[in-house]
Amino acid sequence: MLTVDIDKTLGTFRLTAQFEAADRVTALFGQSGAGKTSLINMVGGLVAPDRGRIVLDGEVLFDAARRINVPVHRRRIGYVFQEGRLFPHLDVRRNLDYGRWMRGLAHDAQAHTHILAMLDIGDLMDRRPAQLSGGERQRVAIGRALLMQPRMLLLDEPLASLDAARKAEILPYLERLRDDAGMPMLYVSHDRAEVARIAQTILHIADGRIMPRPTADALFAVDA
Amino acid sequence: MFSLTPEEWMAIELSLRVAIVATLFALPLGLVVAYLLARKDFWGKALLDGLVHLPLVLPPVVTGYFLLLTFGRRGPVGHFLEQTFGIVFAFRWTGAALACGVMGFPLMVRPIRLAMESIDRKIEDAASTLGADPFWRFVTVTLPLSLPGIIAGTLLCFAKALGEFGATITFVSNIPGETQTISAAIYTLTQVPSGDAAALRLVIIATIISLIALMLSEFLARRATARFHGL
Repeated sequence: MLTVDIDKTLGTFRLTAQFEAADRVTALFGQSGAGKTSLINMVGGLVAPDRGRIVLDGEVLFDAARRINVPVHRRRIGYVFQEGRLFPHLDVRRNLDYGRWMRGLAHDAQAHTHILAMLDIGDLMDRRPAQLSGGERQRVAIGRALLMQPRMLLLDEPLASLDAARKAEILPYLERLRDDAGMPMLYVSHDRAEVARIAQTILHIADGRIMPRPTADALFAVDA
Repeated sequence: MFSLTPEEWMAIELSLRVAIVATLFALPLGLVVAYLLARKDFWGKALLDGLVHLPLVLPPVVTGYFLLLTFGRRGPVGHFLEQTFGIVFAFRWTGAALACGVMGFPLMVRPIRLAMESIDRKIEDAASTLGADPFWRFVTVTLPLSLPGIIAGTLLCFAKALGEFGATITFVSNIPGETQTISAAIYTLTQVPSGDAAALRLVIIATIISLIALMLSEFLARRATARFHGL
C-alpha cells in the first residue's frame, strides 16, 4: 500500500495531495497541468516534496520532518514514461536487461520468458529503439520496468503519444499486466475511457488538488 | 628528398609521444571538468570555466612562462613533485607533454561539455529509476551518449598537442631528442640557410599526420552517431 501526504510549490503552482493507493491500479486523472506528473515524480523520487511523507508497504521513502529521502535508484519503483525513454545506444535486449544489471539481480529465466510473452516483444531483441514503432517502444518500456522486479509500477500517460490504433494495441497488455502479474500500479492519464477501463480507484486531480472522490457518473460528467 | 635524418625521425617520434601522452592524461580530467561545467552548479564555477579556457586566449608564450614559474624546478609545484615523487618537468619531454596537454585542454573540454549538455536528462532519470546509482548512470548512459563529443574533443586536443609550439618552447626549450618536437624542429630548420628541404619534409609529414587524425575522428564520430539512430 502506498500512502502519500505531500505539499510542493513549483513557481506559482501549489500541489497538495493526500491519498492512499490500496487497490491494484489507482489512476491519477485530470487535465494536463493539474499536477499529476509532479505527483508521481515525487513517488518515484525524481522530485522532492517540500513537506510531508511518502510510505510504500511500510517503508518510509520520504519524510521531510525526519529528513528522509530515499534516492531514486534505491526505491525499486518501476517507471514507464510517456515517451518510453529507452536507451538509444542499447538494443532492446540490453534495454530490458539494464535494471537487472544495475540491481545485480540473478537472471530469472521464467519471469523473463513470461514478461516477453505477455508483452509480445520476444522478436524485437536485436533492434535498436530507433527501429521500433511507437507501440513497440512502449511495450519494451513496460517490459524494462517490470524486469527490474519493482515493488510498484508508475505509468505516466503511457498511451498519450500513440494514435488510437496503437492505444488499442497496448491497452490489452496493460490489462493483462493488471490481471496476471498483480503488480500495483499508479496510472496517470487525462483520458477518461482509458482510466475507466484500467483502474479500480480513480483520483481526480485539478489545480494541484485531489478532488472529493467522484462516483462514476460524476467522473464522466466533469467539464464535459 | 624523402629520406629522413635520424634527427628528423626523433622529432616525429617525440611529437607523437608527447601528443599521445598529453591527450591520454587530459582525457579523464577533461571528462570530469566537462561534466562539472555541464551539470553542476557550485561556487567558483565561472572561475574554473575561465581557467580552463585561459590557454585559448593567452599568448602561448605567457602560458609557457606560467608553467615555468609553477612547474619549473624552483616553482612551488615543480619543486614539490621533484622532492616527493621524483617527477621533473623542466626541460624534459614530460614537460612538453604537460604544456601540450594544458594548451589542448580547452579544445577537449568544450565539445565534451556541449555533448553532455545536449543529452536528454530524462534518459538519465530513466536509468535512475532502473536502479543505476550516479556513477553507473554516468558510465552506462552519459558517457556513451556523449561519445561523438568525446571523440571530437580528444582529436582536437591531440591535434593541438601535435602542433603546439609557443608554450612548449618557452617551458622546456628546444632540445633535440628531448623536447624538440616537429614544430620546434621546423622552426630551427628555417633559421639555418640549408634547412629548407628538411623543413619542407617535416611540414608534409605534420600535414599527413593531422589529416589522418582528422579523418579517423570523423569516421569514429559518424559511427558513434549512427549507432544511436539504429543504423
